[in-house]
Amino acid sequence: MRYDDLLRPTPKGVYCPPGDFYIDPVGAVSRAVITHGHADHARAGHGAVIATPETIAIMEARYGDDFTTTKTPRAYGEPIDVNGVNVSLAPAGHVLGSAQAVIEKNGVRIVCSGDYKRRRDPTCAPFEVVPCDVFITEATFALPIFNHPDTGEEIRKLLASVEQFPERTHVIGAYALGKAQRIIMHLREEGYDAPIFLHGAMQKLCDLYMKFGVDLGPLEPATIENNGAKRDFGGKIVIAPPAAIQDRWARRFADPLPVFASGWMRIRQRVRQRGVELPLIVSDHADWDELTQTIKEIAPKELWITHGRDDALMRWAELNGVMARPLHLVGYEDENE
Amino acid sequence: MQAFAALLDRLVLTPQRNGKLQLIVDYFAATPDPDRGYAVAAITRDLDFPSVKPAMLRSLMEKRMDPELFALSYNYVGDLAETISLAWPGERRANRIPPLSEVVERLKEAKRAEAPQLVASYLDALEPPSRWALLKLVTGGLRIGVSSRLAKSALARFGDKDVTEIEELWHGLEPPYEQLFSWLEGRADKPINQMAAPFRPAMLAHPLGDKDLEDIAPETHAAEWKWDGVRVQAVAEGDARRLYSRTGDDIGAAFPDIIDALDFRAAIDGELMIFDPEAERYHPLSFGDLQQRLNRKTVSKKRLASHPAFIRAYDLLHVDGDDLRALPFEDRRQKLEKFISSRQPDRFDLSPLVRFANVDDLAQARAAPPHHAVEGLMIKRLAAPYVPGRPKGEWWKWKRDPFLIDCVMMYAQRGHGRRSSFYSDFTFGVWRGDDIVPVGKAYFGFTDDELKQLDRFVRNNTTDRFGPVRQVAFGADEGLVLEIAFEGLNRSSRHKSGVAMRFPRINRIRWDKPAAEADRLESLEAMLPS
Repeated sequence: MRYDDLLRPTPKGVYCPPGDFYIDPVGAVSRAVITHGHADHARAGHGAVIATPETIAIMEARYGDDFTTTKTPRAYGEPIDVNGVNVSLAPAGHVLGSAQAVIEKNGVRIVCSGDYKRRRDPTCAPFEVVPCDVFITEATFALPIFNHPDTGEEIRKLLASVEQFPERTHVIGAYALGKAQRIIMHLREEGYDAPIFLHGAMQKLCDLYMKFGVDLGPLEPATIENNGAKRDFGGKIVIAPPAAIQDRWARRFADPLPVFASGWMRIRQRVRQRGVELPLIVSDHADWDELTQTIKEIAPKELWITHGRDDALMRWAELNGVMARPLHLVGYEDENE
Repeated sequence: MQAFAALLDRLVLTPQRNGKLQLIVDYFAATPDPDRGYAVAAITRDLDFPSVKPAMLRSLMEKRMDPELFALSYNYVGDLAETISLAWPGERRANRIPPLSEVVERLKEAKRAEAPQLVASYLDALEPPSRWALLKLVTGGLRIGVSSRLAKSALARFGDKDVTEIEELWHGLEPPYEQLFSWLEGRADKPINQMAAPFRPAMLAHPLGDKDLEDIAPETHAAEWKWDGVRVQAVAEGDARRLYSRTGDDIGAAFPDIIDALDFRAAIDGELMIFDPEAERYHPLSFGDLQQRLNRKTVSKKRLASHPAFIRAYDLLHVDGDDLRALPFEDRRQKLEKFISSRQPDRFDLSPLVRFANVDDLAQARAAPPHHAVEGLMIKRLAAPYVPGRPKGEWWKWKRDPFLIDCVMMYAQRGHGRRSSFYSDFTFGVWRGDDIVPVGKAYFGFTDDELKQLDRFVRNNTTDRFGPVRQVAFGADEGLVLEIAFEGLNRSSRHKSGVAMRFPRINRIRWDKPAAEADRLESLEAMLPS
């Protein structure tokens, strides 16, 4: 069986002809395997959805219970037969419930990793290396300049700033699914046990994480008093969607210090453009070393590259004798942008 | 090295002056000698590494990394030092992390041939932020938005001293300033400045209030023009000749023509300006001409001839070994007049006094100054000694009324810190033919309430977005007119309109005025100095 006969790129996303399903399609389809709950991968309106129970719960929280006609939750490692194609899910370490889709038929195995990272994340299961013929990788941070620093050190940078500027409110821009909860958990690990204040858009997903056993500690809404008076948030940590930290919403804080948690904070120009005063380089995607190490570990016969900076990864593959091709998929966003 | 890099990272991104001061002061408290002293020298850009050049860095990188991958990285980042700091494939954690002082001391002494190996070994030992700090430091590209004045203010705050004390000492000190820190921490006496031709902290004036006018009379006060140049102090003692800015920075290297003229033994306080080489001496040219000579390390022969500098003397602080600063202004002035008239020093003339019988005369003089290079009046108490800083009730500045022009808001950008959620930085323009061309930018002059109104206007009238910038509606039938006040105007080839304003700010928001009635470029050009 040719690899292309099992899985191939189409304008709607990666498609499996014998199984008649898509992986993370960008438009509505009759059957979809969803790797994780981020909006560009998990869309509403499919006929049937196969995903981890966590991802299904996340989609329900975002789109309502009727986001699809049929839901097929599958835990990691619990296979399902789809028209003679064996589909199973393996942890991807990206966000809660994130999975690599492992597709097998006639002795050919293709792993579509979705988005992934290799470093420890206290809010989700770690990436699992699955040997395969074709490994489909993302390339969000596929340039040698992206080497994400130790997450604990970034969090300690934040705590040092809170101590240094106790009159200011540290308002952290973080994606509502995954990044926010991860930052909270790392803060807890560093011993920060005070309440953390949340933008309204964060609450639902934090509750969901708690339900799945991720103990986020004391959380409070970052609301103003009923009479509209400003509350004193000096010295407090607030988490909000990236777009809110510099918008009118942030005016409720007397002296906000804009913080942004993202892998893009490695690039100084990006930091300045956003008016961020304290960048935290924390990403849910693999950095250059993680990407190249993962490919070396898996040693697939072919490497397929989805969204991101595929030209640099193609060059690396060429230098390292790895057969590779770019899929040129459209519709997937760069992290948090 | 890590603490220094962390400090730089925060300083670059912290817009508030107070925030910067606190970051630096905390760093001084947490960092031992000699590292903190070298950090000061790095910030004030008093370190020079002649053996390291950017081309060398590029070739170092190409030895370590596939050129195509490096090119892709460099294209993405756009800054050589930053790209290398991030992409350097170091043998990481193979080395101990060197302190800043070691990096500075070894690289300063390094020969051309040994510098590449040394830089490579430091890049191996360091993490990206420290690598960036290292590369920016050694290539002289450390621009972090901290003036040497701010660094001195931080030293003063750290030691609870007055900043003029630091300024006075500064040029007698050498990095890493261990004596200075000992004194600031109360562990030693104040260092004695033994350098010849030291800086003597400048005396400054208060803006004149209506109340102050009542006490001013020719019997007790003198008036002179406030010239539109740069306040300086020219000092020649022993073999040393120096030209200082009013905050004590040595700017002599950019003004060899002034330094050559210091063939006396004195310290003169005055205004540095450019004179017209074609006209009778010394006919001052505009501030824009002076800018051609400022903030440069060296100056070309051509520029020296086309933009010669001179000093219009205000005061005499020291002469032939005598310190005159305790004398009343009246007496110092007499000595200054005698000094200038008897020695006729090249490149110096006397700032003339403005005679007056009463305050009305002064008001008239201020309204009709004799020269475009006058920005107002200085009024000085005859009995005032020369005191560092801004003493009360001694000197006043009475600035000319600003220029006013009605402009149309074109673009807006968000501010920083407290203003980060507000569109508070505005680009405005005037009519040229049927178009509106940008003529300047302003981000102050309005109240908090007005800021809210401006912000609302921007959000409700956005027509386009370019990254952080919003374009607002403007044209013959729509747009917001802003009355802009500014202090002066220069020709500028960098601006589309050909003119550049000094200190523009929003004087009034003209909600009532239609954009079609805003001013035209011709009216602005008419305000240019001839």
